[in-house]
Amino acid sequence: MSTDAIVLPRTEPLSRPLVDTLHEWVTTVDHKRLGILYLGYALLFLVVGGIEAGIVRIQLIRAHNDFVSPQVFNRMFTMHGTTMIFFVAMPLVFGFANYLVPLMIGARDMAFPRLNAFSFWLTAFGGLLLYFSVLGANGLYGAGNAPDVGWFAYAPLTSRTFSVGHSTDFWTLGLLVSGFGSIGTAINILTTILCMRCAGMNLGKMPLLVWLNFVMSGMVILAVSPLTAAQLMLLVDRYLGGHFFDTQAGGSAVIWMHFFWIFGHPEVYVLVIPAFAFASEIIPVFSRKAIFGYPVMVAATICIGFIGMSVWAHHMFTVGMNSNANTFFVLSTMAIAVPTGIKIFNWLATMWGGKIEFKTPMLFCVGFLFQFLVAGLTGIMLSAAPFDWQLGNSYFVVAHFHYVIVGGILFTVFAAFYYWFPKMTGKMCNETLGKLHFWLFLIGFHLTFDFMHVPGLLGMPRRIYTYEPGRGWDVWNLIVTIGVFFQALGTTVFVVNLVWSYFKGRAAGPDPWDAWTLEWSTPSPPPAYNFVSIPMVKSRRPLWDLKHPNDPDWKYE
Amino acid sequence: MQMRRMNNSNLLRAPQMLLVIFWSAAAAAATDPAAPSISPTNIFAPASTPAQSIFGLSLFVLAVTAAIFVVVFTLLTYSVVKFRKRSTDDGREPPQVYGSNQVEVAWTVIPVLIVVALFMATARVIASVQKAVPSSNAIEVVAIGHQFWWEYRYPALGVVTANELHVPVSDDNHPRPTFIKLLSADTDHSFWVPRLAGKTDLIPNHPNSMWIDPHETGVYLGQCAQYCGTQHAKMLLRIYVQSRDEFDRWVQEQRQRQPSGDVVSEGQRIFETTACVNCHTVAGTVANGRFGPDLTHLMSRDTIAAGASLNTPENLRLWIRNPEAIKPGSLMPAMELNEQELDRLTDYLETLR
Repeated sequence: MSTDAIVLPRTEPLSRPLVDTLHEWVTTVDHKRLGILYLGYALLFLVVGGIEAGIVRIQLIRAHNDFVSPQVFNRMFTMHGTTMIFFVAMPLVFGFANYLVPLMIGARDMAFPRLNAFSFWLTAFGGLLLYFSVLGANGLYGAGNAPDVGWFAYAPLTSRTFSVGHSTDFWTLGLLVSGFGSIGTAINILTTILCMRCAGMNLGKMPLLVWLNFVMSGMVILAVSPLTAAQLMLLVDRYLGGHFFDTQAGGSAVIWMHFFWIFGHPEVYVLVIPAFAFASEIIPVFSRKAIFGYPVMVAATICIGFIGMSVWAHHMFTVGMNSNANTFFVLSTMAIAVPTGIKIFNWLATMWGGKIEFKTPMLFCVGFLFQFLVAGLTGIMLSAAPFDWQLGNSYFVVAHFHYVIVGGILFTVFAAFYYWFPKMTGKMCNETLGKLHFWLFLIGFHLTFDFMHVPGLLGMPRRIYTYEPGRGWDVWNLIVTIGVFFQALGTTVFVVNLVWSYFKGRAAGPDPWDAWTLEWSTPSPPPAYNFVSIPMVKSRRPLWDLKHPNDPDWKYE
Repeated sequence: MQMRRMNNSNLLRAPQMLLVIFWSAAAAAATDPAAPSISPTNIFAPASTPAQSIFGLSLFVLAVTAAIFVVVFTLLTYSVVKFRKRSTDDGREPPQVYGSNQVEVAWTVIPVLIVVALFMATARVIASVQKAVPSSNAIEVVAIGHQFWWEYRYPALGVVTANELHVPVSDDNHPRPTFIKLLSADTDHSFWVPRLAGKTDLIPNHPNSMWIDPHETGVYLGQCAQYCGTQHAKMLLRIYVQSRDEFDRWVQEQRQRQPSGDVVSEGQRIFETTACVNCHTVAGTVANGRFGPDLTHLMSRDTIAAGASLNTPENLRLWIRNPEAIKPGSLMPAMELNEQELDRLTDYLETLR
């Protein structure tokens, strides 16, 4: 196989007008640049969503606090949830998929580069549209305001009767627009993986990251489409006199719940499967071992994809479904624990007998393993419908899904940043700052989300802007809020690290981690169109074969 | 009526003990000594059959998940510590292992068995709670969720009240459960009194039901558990569980209409000639609004504004003058009365016993 790559001679002058650079970034169709745009965009919104979470937590620091008004509080938790899911997590997932998938399968770009750019800009403008509500929801001359219907926007709170003005329209349109972007990217990733693999890379030799992003993209198409349909129906209700969700005219609030959650639950897997993908690439490299049970890992992922499409109504155990429906969704939800458990055991077996090196990416992955274990177990508690009648919509649920999204997904995303930053920029991240980030964030995460389970068990529902004293909730909420400051500090260190390393970091070279997949055969950062000649692979770890010509993988796979 | 209880107390004793130790340790740190346990809304202090069934199941689930946690946590910790790269490392790659079908089968089959056990225990409790049918002496209540308060109607008893639900105690000798039909007048709400039962949503155009049979008298607290708008936080639930005699007396009192004498007080005149009557009912008078709580026996209630404030003359006066001061975003408008009118109106409301 070939590991040669194009080395562009530096012919252009070193300092070009800023406007030229900007123009290049805005008009680019290069999958790597679009990937970085996605990531930068997501990090920007991560800070915004984080500030919103901070406002929510300061308000809840003690009973009867009056840091913000109930109206502002309700907007904050709505915007926090919407932002973090649609404009942080999704762009992070797509950013890494965009950047890595073509490199890992030995392709020169995505299958549809211009669709790729179009999808990114749809997502970007969707986010801007959502935030424009702050100015424009009640018209520019009046006081605008952000949506306050909650991130799952249950009907009929979104009807014109209960949501006056245009804030809900900005929410709907923002998600509608970015949803089309997501579908476009998903089609692009699927096509790229199916059609653009290099010679020798049959489906069974794709890196796990590619496999997992394949499953993720299939789920995006299946899950985002119903959400798009529901948003359109909501618009029809609000502007054309429709009655889909208008309960006062015979519409159904429950139908919205079904539409939303048949998007909403697969969405969790859309986000967590790429997190699994990062772990499946990083853990082997820092354990110095091949991934354990590759075919089983692929099968478990596909299994999660299928079962994940049939569990949505476990978000609706309290809406009065009959006992047969409840029982079905208990079974499907519990069943998904099996393939997920298999994954954890396979990562464990990958580390077993290895030589684990605790560089920053691996630290975050180990944190992920422990935290995802807990998130899975609280998930089992919630899957038992009667237990959910108590825990559902309480702070226990809030703690559970933050354990998944922060403890699981965000930790691996941080790992992915530290792991692939050298590839993207050619500079190593600062290891000391990276470890400081890890420990600060770990402490903050556990202070916040471990203790957040308790008020849920003590009967504290979510989305309340204040609470009564004497319910035993105060001390837990205080600890939770303290944790937020550690997380904010950790994230600041992360951003400082990225900026500092970009300018002052040590040069990385093409393969700083001594890794095995094709992206490390290109220079850092990879040139336009990635590969001079399309590589040819014989195993799942082409660079291992190259580095160990006497003991190549393809003899054993 | 048939109520099956979880009958696996032996199986559950050990984790139950652990939990008791944990909670009593936590109780020592609790700030409010008046609370019945560490919290008046603790889901692990059940006082009614549905809550007890859930409690039994939750102990089983907690025990199983705790066991899984201990095993996997230990394995993870062991491998992270044991297989870390040593400073004396020779720099060679460790042996490459690609997988093993035997272990894959093992860690597939064992979780499947655990899931089957958990599923069966869960299905049993779902059936026992959801399939219960009202006995002939059961109390029937219609609970209607409003932004941001609770309306309670007892169709068989002819009682209408708000925010404070009264039910009789139901002990083994005299079982008398309460079946609650759940409706909503506007947005989604959820009825959650953790010590009595799990939550069930109140959804417009989608009637639901739930039941409770509290075993001990007392006041049980809860609140709306589905986001319903600006004042979702102050849509509090209070359930008064009374002995049978007390409950019957309460019903008798609530059925009284206010006497419609010829002499109308100044306060009543203000009440009946302003917007108050558009939303509130005082049975026996011209006031018959349905948008806000029924005020016929306002003074029999401990709280106003759905539990947001104690029912004292000062609070009542403030509530009429400026509801935003107590519950910003509530749908009760400020009545724009002068100080004297406020005094008279408050005096009148104080007579609604």
